[in-house]
Amino acid sequence: MKRFFAVAFLIMRKDLRVETRSLELFLTTLFFAVSSVLVFAFGFVRNGRPVENAVAGILWIAIAFAGTLALGRTFERERYHDVLRSLLLAPVDRPAIYVGKLLGILTLLAAVEVVVVPLIALLFQAPLFRHPVLLFLLLLLGTLGFTAVGTLFGAMLVRARSRDVLLPVLLYPITIPVIIAGVRGTAVLLQPEMDLAIVRAWIGMLAFFDVVFITLSLWTFEPVMTE
Amino acid sequence: MMQRMFPPLIVLAMIFFVCAPVFIAWAPYESTMGLVQKIFYFHLPSWAAMFVAAIVCGIASVVFLFKGRVIADRIAVASAELAVVFGLIGLVSGPLWARKAWGVWWQWDARLTMALVLWMIFVAYLLLREYGGPGSEKLAAGVALFGMANVPFVYWSVNVWRTVHPTTNVVPTLVPGMRGALWWSLIGFLLLYALAMMARVRLEEQRATLERVYRELDD
Repeated sequence: MKRFFAVAFLIMRKDLRVETRSLELFLTTLFFAVSSVLVFAFGFVRNGRPVENAVAGILWIAIAFAGTLALGRTFERERYHDVLRSLLLAPVDRPAIYVGKLLGILTLLAAVEVVVVPLIALLFQAPLFRHPVLLFLLLLLGTLGFTAVGTLFGAMLVRARSRDVLLPVLLYPITIPVIIAGVRGTAVLLQPEMDLAIVRAWIGMLAFFDVVFITLSLWTFEPVMTE
Repeated sequence: MMQRMFPPLIVLAMIFFVCAPVFIAWAPYESTMGLVQKIFYFHLPSWAAMFVAAIVCGIASVVFLFKGRVIADRIAVASAELAVVFGLIGLVSGPLWARKAWGVWWQWDARLTMALVLWMIFVAYLLLREYGGPGSEKLAAGVALFGMANVPFVYWSVNVWRTVHPTTNVVPTLVPGMRGALWWSLIGFLLLYALAMMARVRLEEQRATLERVYRELDD
């Protein structure tokens, strides 16, 4: 068990080191997220004021889009240098590789969210930070569920043709429960009189889907990645 | 075994198919919805067949993924295709009823959304198999497993979340005349699924044989 997490930690550190040296994924993903927010601003702002309840949707679509881009690019980089194959040849638990990649992408997306979430709150005059702990939980669990499936699919699509288009095609229908829970939960947070019980229910649902998705991913990573 | 069972089953399916319209016509009219309620005998069985196909596809995919049995993969692809077909029947018949009963073609409520999502997962499964290149069967098996994990959520979503869709408690409360027609249609649809799956598996087997013969000729 200790070795499992040591391997996962090493892979995460490797990914983050590559990333901190070039900042390629962070900057491109961040700018992509900001660009998509700009597109939404044209779609959902009337007479200078955002449409009611649009902010939660904008936030989560930006996260989903940026996440897809980051996942695609991460594994494209691995493919280019044949890193994933070398990792799979290493005498370590395959699920540990999955957990390492997952943690790396999660950290990257967290860094993007640290910039994008306040920016959305600022641009759309949304009181997102009125309940910081609940918002943090929603974002953490939502991003975790999304990247848990995304990491598995991104890794397995490395071998497939037309992988860049197949990743969102597979990822969005499967992670839609997570997106629904994230959007609905955030929308409740933004209401003037927040109903804690409803937010709790959505957070519970996110946690539930996270457990299901991570369990299934850990279970299938090994057979799916074996050629 | 499958080949020997095929002719009698097809006769049985024909009997179901021929009698179903009669039973549906005999079934009493629903008091508020009238004629349009009869779509129900089509709608529920097609979704039931879709769920069975989705679960069979998921189980077959697990077997293929962990045991590497080729037959399991053939059953999985056949079931996935049928899940898409039956799902499409459900997705078309549902709005036809909804237009009359709710006044709109589509409602973004929990059950409808989840059913659409489930259908899209199997479309994605087929897209992956079609365009994923060599080795995509295994990747698709992983997708099918996630698709199957979605089935219970669709079934229970209606009872857990607030929804406008009739709940699963409706079936036991039906009047006897309606219940008979419903079960008849349901068995007919499941039979149709089983037959189509058998035929599709056989097609896949023959395709593999043909491939092998070609390759041996080449050598």
